[in-house]
Amino acid sequence: MPTVSPSRPDVPEPVLAVRDLHVRFAGRVGLWQGLRGVKAPDARAVDGVNLELYPGEVLALAGESGCGKTTLARTIMGLERPRSGDISFEGKPLGRSTRVLREYRRRVQMVFQDPTAALNPRQTIYESIAEGLRVHGITRSSAGESEEQLVARALSRAGMRPPERFFLNYPHELSGGQRQRVVIAGALVLDPEIIVADEPVSSLDASVRGEILKLLLGLRNDLNIAMLVVTHDLGLAWTIADRVAVMYLGRIVEIGPAESVLTNPIHPYTKALLEVVPEAGGIDRPFLAGEPPDPTSIPPGCRFNPRCPAVASGAAAGAGVLAACQEQDLGLQELRPDHFAACHLMSHEAGFASAPPPPPAKA
Amino acid sequence: MSVLSVRDLTVTYHTQAGPVPAVRGVDLHVEKGEVLGLAGESGCGKSTIVNGVLRLVPPKTKVTGTVELNGEDVMAMKPGRLRAVRWSGMSVVFQGAMHALNPVQRIGDQIAEAVVIHGEADEKGATVRAGALLEQVGLPPRRLRDYPHELSGGQKQRVMIAMALACQPDLVIADEPTTALDVMVQAQVLQLLKELQRELGLAMLFITHDLSVLVEVCDRLAIMYAGKIVEEGPSVPVFRDPKHPYTRALSGAFPQIGDRRFRMAPSGLPGDPPFPGNVPTGCSFHPRCPLAFDECPTIDPDLYDAGPGRTAACLLVPRGERVPVAP
Amino acid sequence: MRPDTLGPRSEGPGETPPVDEALTTEEVPPERLASARTIAWARRRRAFGRMAKTYRKSPMGMWGLAILILFVLVAIFAPVISNKETMDPTCECTGAPLEPPSREFWFGTDNLGRSVYTQTVWGARISLTVGLAATLISMVIGALIGIAAGYYGGWLETGLMRLTDWFLVLPWLALAIVLASVLGRSLAIIILVIGITSWPSTARIVRAQALSVKTRPYVERSRGLGASNWHLISRHILPNVGPLIFANTILTVAIAILSESTLAFLGLGDPLSVSWGTMLDFAFSAGAASTGKWWWLLPPGLAIVLIVLAFTMCGFALDEILNPRLRER
Repeated sequence: MPTVSPSRPDVPEPVLAVRDLHVRFAGRVGLWQGLRGVKAPDARAVDGVNLELYPGEVLALAGESGCGKTTLARTIMGLERPRSGDISFEGKPLGRSTRVLREYRRRVQMVFQDPTAALNPRQTIYESIAEGLRVHGITRSSAGESEEQLVARALSRAGMRPPERFFLNYPHELSGGQRQRVVIAGALVLDPEIIVADEPVSSLDASVRGEILKLLLGLRNDLNIAMLVVTHDLGLAWTIADRVAVMYLGRIVEIGPAESVLTNPIHPYTKALLEVVPEAGGIDRPFLAGEPPDPTSIPPGCRFNPRCPAVASGAAAGAGVLAACQEQDLGLQELRPDHFAACHLMSHEAGFASAPPPPPAKA
Repeated sequence: MSVLSVRDLTVTYHTQAGPVPAVRGVDLHVEKGEVLGLAGESGCGKSTIVNGVLRLVPPKTKVTGTVELNGEDVMAMKPGRLRAVRWSGMSVVFQGAMHALNPVQRIGDQIAEAVVIHGEADEKGATVRAGALLEQVGLPPRRLRDYPHELSGGQKQRVMIAMALACQPDLVIADEPTTALDVMVQAQVLQLLKELQRELGLAMLFITHDLSVLVEVCDRLAIMYAGKIVEEGPSVPVFRDPKHPYTRALSGAFPQIGDRRFRMAPSGLPGDPPFPGNVPTGCSFHPRCPLAFDECPTIDPDLYDAGPGRTAACLLVPRGERVPVAP
Repeated sequence: MRPDTLGPRSEGPGETPPVDEALTTEEVPPERLASARTIAWARRRRAFGRMAKTYRKSPMGMWGLAILILFVLVAIFAPVISNKETMDPTCECTGAPLEPPSREFWFGTDNLGRSVYTQTVWGARISLTVGLAATLISMVIGALIGIAAGYYGGWLETGLMRLTDWFLVLPWLALAIVLASVLGRSLAIIILVIGITSWPSTARIVRAQALSVKTRPYVERSRGLGASNWHLISRHILPNVGPLIFANTILTVAIAILSESTLAFLGLGDPLSVSWGTMLDFAFSAGAASTGKWWWLLPPGLAIVLIVLAFTMCGFALDEILNPRLRER
């Protein structure tokens, strides 16, 4: 089901749509176990995700490590193969057609977490950026610009001026912030519609992050590029996101406008995440005990129930939904305009029946 | 008498490219029962201070200045005394704890090792102490027999804290202890550190680049830039009302959710933190400073008095200019 | 003059000079940007220059290189610096048998009166040729198999690695003897034997490196851009595996020369050509060791040791450059 209210007439077509996506990693057993016929459970990294990305919007994909946000991003980029489910770009399903895939690869670009590792240390900046053009066989743009001009323009847009000065540099000669700009330039050179950014600033120095975020926001404003930003930092989502999707154990548990999700969260997990953000004087903040369970053993019912503060405090029992929390899996439900959450208690309090879960992976 | 007193510490590394001054004259002190936070980004020298204080710098490194632990001069200690002091006088919770544990040794043995080396107990006594330490950090004692790979990131970090407390030090230095952890686990570990610090009356030096974490945990803050301290004072006033433009910029990188000023308005600084061998003349921050003026490239500011218990190394301070807080 | 309090000071955030001023402030004039090829060549020249500068700082590397160059020159200029006829026992210019070093014969003579000096000088050609040719075979096979196994993985990797293991345990000496007896003794056989028994170690190293490079983010980025396998291998895997292959090659040449000497010493060499190994073979057979005819044994033996040492020293120096973790502080 869509994650933006279908009733709104002014909503444009999504530029990217993900339906019932399942991504699994095969379980591994030791030799001895394998001989005894023990099969390891699969890691259900992405376990039924529906998502739309609209033109020119910044969608933050937030969650702790192991929630599947990076796997989701990589699958969207085509670096992982989904077990089932589909991805459509501009309304057309990606499927297997090489031509469509190639076009997709040109218009959806990725920005990596660690800019140092994302650049080949043996290639100059020029070569790294021009690589995209060369892979796609673009020697001239439609306006007649040469390869050098396209590279220079991309570098310039990424804030490296004058661009020619950096052509012959190697990555190790630049600072962390500059390297990330180079990676962004490499993404921009193909004039993408979508940029998928995986923790774009977390490995950069704190004082440098703001400029890179400004750059990304500027690209959205000037070039109308849609962005999917994967981050564990909700403060970053507050700074640049239009919508925020919170993931837990392979599912989206809450999605909606950033202001609504971050200042008025519905799902208990989101609430817990927000309470845990450090702040002045906050010594005795409540936090969840333990650590998120791993994706090979997902709890029955609502996957968050073993750690849910509402269950622990008895609020769920009091509302009569405890059995549902522990036994009934569920999907996203629109509980406020454009703001969806997957929580039995919250659905109950809003007067709705919980939405059914997404269909399981096709074998 | 301060537990840790550092005066005019300079550490100059010896490299192929020539001498590199990583720390250029730092004064700091940590009192008993107090948590001092040291904030700064890469290249500012904060990790070098840890190595300098513990005398763990590589050979050929030049270290000058005074470092006193409970009044005793660390620089003048003989090797035997130094070894005794390392860990039982002051201990460290290192960055990247995941990799600081020996993967082929049970964690109980690793904790007990510190105790035995310092002659505080024999092996049996050390194991008992290790069990007690694990309980103190919130792990069941039966996990003594686990290997590091059987623990999660947060649990490994707790083991590192237990190791740091093994010999009952007066000072614990925590170098980026929660950087690699998830927010939830980070909250748990910070809570633990705070509790232990209060219970045991430890003096703690907490080093990180994450200013919001420091504000939560520390009583006082010192901000480092390019090998020097540029601002110091009680943590909440420094965070909410910074006197140095760099502090202001750094706190802008950790916006409060709900603060409308930061919505769709990321704030940062142009350029990058300078590398130790490449520090700008005059005020080392002037190339990136939004408030720099004529004298900044020529005068290197001292730490000027900036209010009760506060200092800041900015030429705007003696003039009485207020550094604006809005981004 | 004080600027406004909140206005940004500089225009583009990228104005800050990059870290290493010395290498980057050279302004690149627009004319030099004529084509991508120019840029690529400029890059290669700079990279090579940097590597050469680092190499020059290593005393071990420079000494190794000096010895190597010396041997190469000796091999090339063999006809100039020695009289080939003094190797021919029928020539009148040869001396009396088993003469110690003298003014006429600098290294003395062997049991047939041939000049040991001339033999040593001409032997350099054989040793270097065999060493380089065998290494070429070994390197090409090893690199191909290593890259294919490391990059493609799966069944291909398993199959290739088992093949590698098989060749690894193949006893090269037994193989040499068998081949020599079946196909006759010749330089080609020696080159072949050494080539096909030394590629496995190269293949393993290359595969490990290819695996490691394959998972690096910049390769993933390229894949995300839609690059083909060929593009990934040629543009990313190979350049990052190349230096390793090169350093390994240097060491393999040393081993190849040593192997050739061993085979020749055991009598499997080409009886018609003179190499250091055959010299040692004849010397031992003629009892030079027991009768104290040191001048026949020392030159070839020392030559082998020196050339292997030279290659090894160069190899280590290169390894230090290419593997930054080995560099001293």
